[in-house]
Amino acid sequence: MQTESRGRFGAFGGQYVPETLMNELIRLEESYEYYKNDPEFNAELTRLLNDYAGRPSLLYHAERMSQDLGGAQVYLKREDLNHTGAHKINNCLGQVLLAKKMGKTRVIAETGAGQHGVATATVAALMDMECEIFMGKEDTERQRLNVYRMELLGAKVHAVTSGTQVLKDAVNETMREWAGRVHDTHYVLGSVMGPHPFPTIVRDFQAVISKEARAQFLEATGELPDAVLACVGGGSNAMGMFYHFIGDEGVQLIGCEAAGRGIETGQHAATMATGTVGVFHGMKSYFCQNEYGQISPVYSISAGLDYPGIGPEHAYLRDSGRAQYVPVTDEEAVEAFEYLARTEGIICAIESAHALAHAMKIAPKMGKDQSILVCLSGRGDKDVAAIAKYRGIDLSE
Amino acid sequence: MSKTIKNAFDHGKAFIAFITAGDPDLESTKRFILEMERAGADLIEIGIPFSDPIAEGIVIQEADIRALKAGTTTDRIFDMVAELRKETDMPLAFMGYLNPVFYYGYDRFFSRCRDVGVSGVIIPDLPYEEKGECSKVAASYGVDVVSLVAPTSKERIRTIASEAEGFLYVVSSMGVTGMRSEITTDIASMMHEIREASDVPAAIGFGINTPEQAAEMARLADGVIVGSAIVKIAAQYGAEAAPHIYEYVKKMKDAIRGL
Repeated sequence: MQTESRGRFGAFGGQYVPETLMNELIRLEESYEYYKNDPEFNAELTRLLNDYAGRPSLLYHAERMSQDLGGAQVYLKREDLNHTGAHKINNCLGQVLLAKKMGKTRVIAETGAGQHGVATATVAALMDMECEIFMGKEDTERQRLNVYRMELLGAKVHAVTSGTQVLKDAVNETMREWAGRVHDTHYVLGSVMGPHPFPTIVRDFQAVISKEARAQFLEATGELPDAVLACVGGGSNAMGMFYHFIGDEGVQLIGCEAAGRGIETGQHAATMATGTVGVFHGMKSYFCQNEYGQISPVYSISAGLDYPGIGPEHAYLRDSGRAQYVPVTDEEAVEAFEYLARTEGIICAIESAHALAHAMKIAPKMGKDQSILVCLSGRGDKDVAAIAKYRGIDLSE
Repeated sequence: MSKTIKNAFDHGKAFIAFITAGDPDLESTKRFILEMERAGADLIEIGIPFSDPIAEGIVIQEADIRALKAGTTTDRIFDMVAELRKETDMPLAFMGYLNPVFYYGYDRFFSRCRDVGVSGVIIPDLPYEEKGECSKVAASYGVDVVSLVAPTSKERIRTIASEAEGFLYVVSSMGVTGMRSEITTDIASMMHEIREASDVPAAIGFGINTPEQAAEMARLADGVIVGSAIVKIAAQYGAEAAPHIYEYVKKMKDAIRGL
């Protein structure tokens, strides 16, 4: 009997799933290992990323913001300019193409705010796959526009009424659905989480972000950034943004997690700041949980960061000291959201605003010859109503 | 000394009953277990409620939520079992998700299992590949970590069965726990694979809820496992469920007697 399973990042990761799913995960790993080295698969994926999703995404020097902050030069990696408005499409194109090669005819996915659901529904439409999305009932009410968007794209949206009716419950329900029907169905997991091989597959499909950004940054400045920042919920845009910088020792990697109404209030989703090691959603990692290992309800203004865990590779990067993780409150994120709109004319996702908020904290303390690269993971159209509400303005008719 | 899982298969086909601990309260759970023993159950799986039970259908999910809301904790479940042990030496096992066990600490958890006479654990999110991290500790306290095989296991069945401890849990159907009108999996061929690899007793669970299904499944294996149907009675009658649970378990056990 082996004591350490496959798919580990140090002590983290693994495959903690019901036996019913094990052969499917093994098959997925084998298929991925084959296709990731298949020139035809890679050519097709690159064509889709470029011609359909609009890659490479821009690297933008936020000069007005840099000048105003008076310290480090701030650069933005514009994942918000991708088709469907976020980095999520990178992973969906990869996974749905892989599923198609595996002979699947149906894809299912969880979604929180709806970004991953929309991206999955989009690619499913493009590739002529049946698509069903699981979304917490509470989230379907908060994000009705995204529900309708998914339906327009031909997906069936299930409002999940079990548990706390948010993202983690949507993941539970998608796993249950998958365990009931694996023969024709692929679960397009949306973040660098879940059982092996998902954390690796999603990271690899998102690593295009840092592959481009590193080359673009070198081209633009002749050097590497001093710090690379990204928001983290499950951690997919952060893992994609960090990946090709991990070997560059001089580059600080900083993940920004949701501190909600403040760590001290208990109403947050700050897994790294407050979580402990556990086993959940198929992986060993850090989780927000109580003293009996029951998963805690979490809170953030950002539905995309409203998750009680974090991907296992982030847990490893943190414990090995390669990356650090900082909490950012709702208030700080909303201020950053408004600041970027006024200073640079960019309305970014409230998730991405968490990373931006931390950049605003550290940039003034850095020299003008230093630089910060922030992953602007998504655009903020979806958040406008919620921000207005936060500011006491009711936009509903 | 309490009886072990193996003893549950000493008297013909075993009827294995699952109940969620703490639904509606732990005092009731204790009473339900004693009633099920009186009705002929050979082994009780005591469910440790979890906030996010991904292998459960709606009936057990809701029971878990009620139990947690009622203040059920791992410590209180151990206390309840210790009390229960004053009244019965029947075989007992825990069924629960890995995180509460992991978080409690494997050494602490399995030593308490030994102390209260729980001789096995069934952990649905702990597949063969991950079992190593706790099975050694469990074994050092004489606790079996029960393995599961599923309709999708195919060539894995032999490997899993060859290392099975206590009994082998044969998952009858795809998906999650819950009552089904029909079980369509080719259980007979799964059983054939199991018998080739191991002589550990095998019991079939997931979906069984009528005496006819129980008899049909018991003919194929060494026992049957029923959960959701019992939990549903507890949900319907709450603290008054004991006589209803007794009646149901008796009917089910009678259906597999002498097979």
